[in-house]
Amino acid sequence: MTADPTTTPAREAAAWRVLETVPDPEIPVVSVVDLGIARAVEVDSSGEQVTVVITPTYSGCPAMRMIEDDIRTALGAEFAAVEVRTVLTPAWTTDWMSEQGRAALRAYGIAPPEPPDPQLSAPGGRRSLPVLGTGRPAACPQCGSASTERVSEFGSTACKALYRCLSCREPFDYFKCH
Amino acid sequence: MTASTSPDDAQSLVDYLLRLGDTTLVLSHRLSEWVGAAPTLEEEIALANVALDLLGQAQPLLARAGEVEGLGRDADGLAYLRDAWDYRNLLLVEQPNGDFAHTMLRQFLFDSYAVELWSRLATSTDATLAGIAGKAVKESAYHVGHSGEWVIRLGDGTTESARRTRDAVADLWEFTGELFATDAVDEAIAASGVAPLASELEPAWRDRVDAVFADAGLEVPTRQWMQSGGKQGRHTEHLGHVLAEMQFLPRAYPGSTW
Repeated sequence: MTADPTTTPAREAAAWRVLETVPDPEIPVVSVVDLGIARAVEVDSSGEQVTVVITPTYSGCPAMRMIEDDIRTALGAEFAAVEVRTVLTPAWTTDWMSEQGRAALRAYGIAPPEPPDPQLSAPGGRRSLPVLGTGRPAACPQCGSASTERVSEFGSTACKALYRCLSCREPFDYFKCH
Repeated sequence: MTASTSPDDAQSLVDYLLRLGDTTLVLSHRLSEWVGAAPTLEEEIALANVALDLLGQAQPLLARAGEVEGLGRDADGLAYLRDAWDYRNLLLVEQPNGDFAHTMLRQFLFDSYAVELWSRLATSTDATLAGIAGKAVKESAYHVGHSGEWVIRLGDGTTESARRTRDAVADLWEFTGELFATDAVDEAIAASGVAPLASELEPAWRDRVDAVFADAGLEVPTRQWMQSGGKQGRHTEHLGHVLAEMQFLPRAYPGSTW
């Protein structure tokens, strides 16, 4: 980097680099940038005041307050003033998750979200219910087998469902496509 | 707010937001009563997850109500420091959990309504409400898949589970009319483009209920008379018990933080 580190773009890049070190409190192997929670960064002309725009994953996600605090603490080391602003629109989607984030989830034992297959019928083949638009895991994150079954639509956190691998028999979490 | 609002419009918006916020809050509380008592671990987690989604919807709805009201009340102030007659939730959601069939049927009747409502509110002229709805519609679509599957499994299950589900229909059906009953608040709010008329949601709701009941082997009641009043603050005796538990701590220790 030969550019002047005090310019606004350079300070914003610095803020992003800090954000990339702020982990999700529930899934510490992915950062708030990987998850697409941190949406935008603005640094004022003094280079000392930073505003971070974040969006909640699920309406009631209890980690949001902690994420806010963690961002404030991390950026506080480099900026005199940190503001964290929460916006609801556009609504967060798992499409915003980075490739790096998906790979990190897999390595951690969580199957990353996959877009729902429109050909699949609702669970149990019931015609009266909407297809759950949350996809299903492409493969078991432990052994790579594509043969998996759902144990429960709801898992240890709002963003996950519980699956089981039919090849290695290990249970695993699936990050729901949302 | 996109346009200037008269005091009447603002009051209608506050009332409407309270109806939505109180409904999601009270149902969230009801579901959380299952924690520690659900029939299986997976279901306990599911009920707690749905409760959390609903609580997450209630918080910004009540915050927005307080903001429009302009009396300095935040979401906590509205949730913890109002009495039953100031609550505007639907009667359906304050009904006791009963057995698992009652809870799942109540949830299915509500989820089927919520998914239609949120999908329309996503284009509300109130930007905050539209933002909340954009998230909530995805959550409700997930919830209705879960509760609907249970209604089918229980209704089409054993003799005992079918009997209990039929009993739940008999007990809860009279509270479904209020979901679509339209009063002056609904009309004012629909006229300003904030929300659809409640009655517009009924055909789509009814289609889903008919289809799931058919799969579940349940009959849709033909009885016409419906109980209402929750949206105007006239509640069944059950709401007071919910609030007594939910509000105890902030009432006993005002302003306490931890």
